Amino acid sequence: MALSPDLAAAIAVTRFGLGAKPGQIAAALPDPQGWLTAQIRPEGGADQPQASAPSSQQRILGLRQYQLQRRDAAAAGDPKSDPVKAAFKLIHDETGADFIARVRLASSTDADFRERWALFWCNHFTVSATKLQTALTVGPFEQEAIRPNVFGRFEDLLVASSSHPAMLFYLDQAQSVGPDSMAAMFMSGGGKKAGLNENLAREILELHTVGVDAGYTQADVTEFARAMTGWSIGGFREGDNGGRFMFRASAHEGGVRTIMGKQYAQSGMHQALAVMKDLAANPHTAHHIAVKLARHFVADDPPPTLVAKLERTYLGTGGDLGEVARTLVLAPEAWQPEAVKFKTPYEFMVSSFRAGSVLPQTLEQIGPALNGMGQKPFNAPSPKGWPEDADTWCAPDAVIKRMAWSEAYAAKALDGRDPSQLATDALGARLTPLVGQAIARAETREEGMAILLMSPEFQRR
Amino acid sequence: MTDILPALSRRRALATALGFGLTIEFLGHKAFADASGQGRRKLVVFICRGGMDGLSVSPPVGDPNYASMRGAIAIPGFGQPGGALKLDDTFGLHPALGSVHKLALKGQARIIPAVATPDRARSHFEAQDVLENGGVAAYGNMTGWLNRSLQAMGPGQVKAISVGATAPLILRGGVEAASWSPGTGNERDPRLPGILQDLYANDPQLSRALASGLTTQSMAKVATADATAALGSPDPMAGGDPMMASGAPAPAAGGGAGAYGRQGLPAARQLGATLGGFMIQPDGPQVAAVSLDGFDTHANQGSSQGQLANRLAYLDAALDGLAAGLGPAWNDTAVIVVTEFGRTARVNGTGGTDHGTASTALVLGGALKKGGIVGDWPTLGQGKLFEDRDTAPTLDMRGVFKGLLADHMGVDRRALDTTVFPDSAGVAPTPGIVV
Repeated sequence: MALSPDLAAAIAVTRFGLGAKPGQIAAALPDPQGWLTAQIRPEGGADQPQASAPSSQQRILGLRQYQLQRRDAAAAGDPKSDPVKAAFKLIHDETGADFIARVRLASSTDADFRERWALFWCNHFTVSATKLQTALTVGPFEQEAIRPNVFGRFEDLLVASSSHPAMLFYLDQAQSVGPDSMAAMFMSGGGKKAGLNENLAREILELHTVGVDAGYTQADVTEFARAMTGWSIGGFREGDNGGRFMFRASAHEGGVRTIMGKQYAQSGMHQALAVMKDLAANPHTAHHIAVKLARHFVADDPPPTLVAKLERTYLGTGGDLGEVARTLVLAPEAWQPEAVKFKTPYEFMVSSFRAGSVLPQTLEQIGPALNGMGQKPFNAPSPKGWPEDADTWCAPDAVIKRMAWSEAYAAKALDGRDPSQLATDALGARLTPLVGQAIARAETREEGMAILLMSPEFQRR
Repeated sequence: MTDILPALSRRRALATALGFGLTIEFLGHKAFADASGQGRRKLVVFICRGGMDGLSVSPPVGDPNYASMRGAIAIPGFGQPGGALKLDDTFGLHPALGSVHKLALKGQARIIPAVATPDRARSHFEAQDVLENGGVAAYGNMTGWLNRSLQAMGPGQVKAISVGATAPLILRGGVEAASWSPGTGNERDPRLPGILQDLYANDPQLSRALASGLTTQSMAKVATADATAALGSPDPMAGGDPMMASGAPAPAAGGGAGAYGRQGLPAARQLGATLGGFMIQPDGPQVAAVSLDGFDTHANQGSSQGQLANRLAYLDAALDGLAAGLGPAWNDTAVIVVTEFGRTARVNGTGGTDHGTASTALVLGGALKKGGIVGDWPTLGQGKLFEDRDTAPTLDMRGVFKGLLADHMGVDRRALDTTVFPDSAGVAPTPGIVV
């Protein structure tokens, strides 16, 4: 690295981390790369936003309980029952608490590279709160399936994601039934039609593993969907399995499957596990993930040499994500002095909280503002997750909204502090004289802080 | 740590909520067409993301195979409870599309029942890219055909604007895009924009975005007032999403919590009317794009009511608001509603439909030529489905866009074949959609 130590420390905290808290750049100064590698934690995984929150199983069972009550109330003609209001309250309380806890963790942690790494994987395996069931379980999904596995083997992360109730709900896997399975025959006897739903199978191929260019066909998607049948969620009356992942042998489509040229003769849930094992080891997956990581951390159009290094580590270590993280932070290509990544709204707000030493208290304080900037809490627009590029986020309306929010935030949060000091603390050697001067010349301290937050070097990382 | 934050006012939170699920991007310019006599022509593109089910948008209830293939999600026939709104002996419109149907009865709305992009991968993201970049492949072209068409209408004269926080591919490219969405706050410190513009002098991306955003903000004040007047509604916030009033993440109207879907209709109408309000200003945009999401109905999509019906009602309200907001200018307007692909002809095992191929596009506006369906109907008969699975395409989406751009906006054929839709000389503009 030909960077000055000051600049390297500032880059470590602002590009790989989530934005500097006062004193953090100084802490990284002696060994910026070591400061990052020390945050890689293969044993414990990422930090958890909530020490004790209801699990996905508890919430799913709670939701079913509530749905039964609602049915009974409707049957009894109870006019006091307002199911819509009750559902709103459930989502607001539970999901709101999940989201605010996640923002508070990001806004306060000292291990903010670890948290950024976790957020990357949450977005890679997107579950969006676009259904009642996923709104209630997206928080637990991140805690239970993603965070424990982000520095482990990719295959384990893939299986954890693909078998979590939130993902099974989100991509409609829970209801997918083999057309020739026992369950399908039973259901058709009862007048119901049952069959395949290929949504999760397709997105595992396209988004989670090999990527759309890997050469698979519609037939591969359908075959994988057949292999996945039976991956479901236990029902209310299924004892310990209720509200948890459950393999339903009766819904599984028996037989040998051929996916991307390979035959899978395994029975039961081992069939899809075998497919996932191969998908995780596929060089297309290594490339797909390497590109996404490099794009997230370094540039919308990342250096091919960096992508190649990440790919090599992935393949050489059997998909060890801790080792991939290490390769990333040790690669000189990741340390270019110019900051070119435009922060997403979430990153912008979190880094503002960090710079101002502020911890938000309620969802009302962040939800509407994030929504206005285009990133509604837990509501990625599709299974592809939130976009990463500046062309998306640096849009006129979004910039106006960032400006309005920066002013409002500065007015409430500054509390008489010196914005020039905050700027030095937040950006270190990345603060340009132009912006430093504009802050010093501001008419009010609040204006100075708003200038800091809206400066090109704070908007980028 | 100090535990304080700006608490946004309830009203502002509500205003922000109006943008939920719906983004509008539009482009326009004032000067180019005075000479060509098409100066007041307006074109609006609605993109319904997720793969909108054409067989529900314009159910071919007269097709002998429709009801059996669709099972419980089939829209009932004409005259039945929740039945399709009749267009001709074969086709109706989904009952949630009441405003569109009224326009259709006046000859101001038509369906294109079997149209598809050149993409056949059945991937949302690839298909949306192709729909928006105007090419035949998703990769290698990161500008939008609508943006390039403005270049073709008159280089340097066309300005672009987007309502909605983020910029969609269809509008990305050489022509600058502005944007606006409801809830943009008034800045408290009038000095700040000027200071930032100075700081952005060497940062073209931020400086363009800020300048454009500021211009649009002042225009928005007029547009919003015009829209409110056009709708005759004193309170544009009426009926806003109650979840967003408190900032909580709400289930999208298209998601499993269908009961909430209809509560966003006044907001959708207001947004459509505001877009109209922008477009009738003397300096207003003449070309617009609107995005709606939530059309990926793999499970429990419903029939006359339900998940998809809620999304279509939302679309219907936005279109109705747009017509109201445009007022007399509706007569100079063509609107096209498209999606990245249709869905499987047969209902799947979970009361929904999977990714398919051709779908329905809607064309609307006072500028429309009267007539029946646009393009041929391949039917759902034996051997007629694409790969025995999906509605087979009879029209290339690019041809439809080219027809509108040529006949309505006066874009010349050469530009359409080469720059707007690269290497598309073999795809003829679809004739006869507009007068």
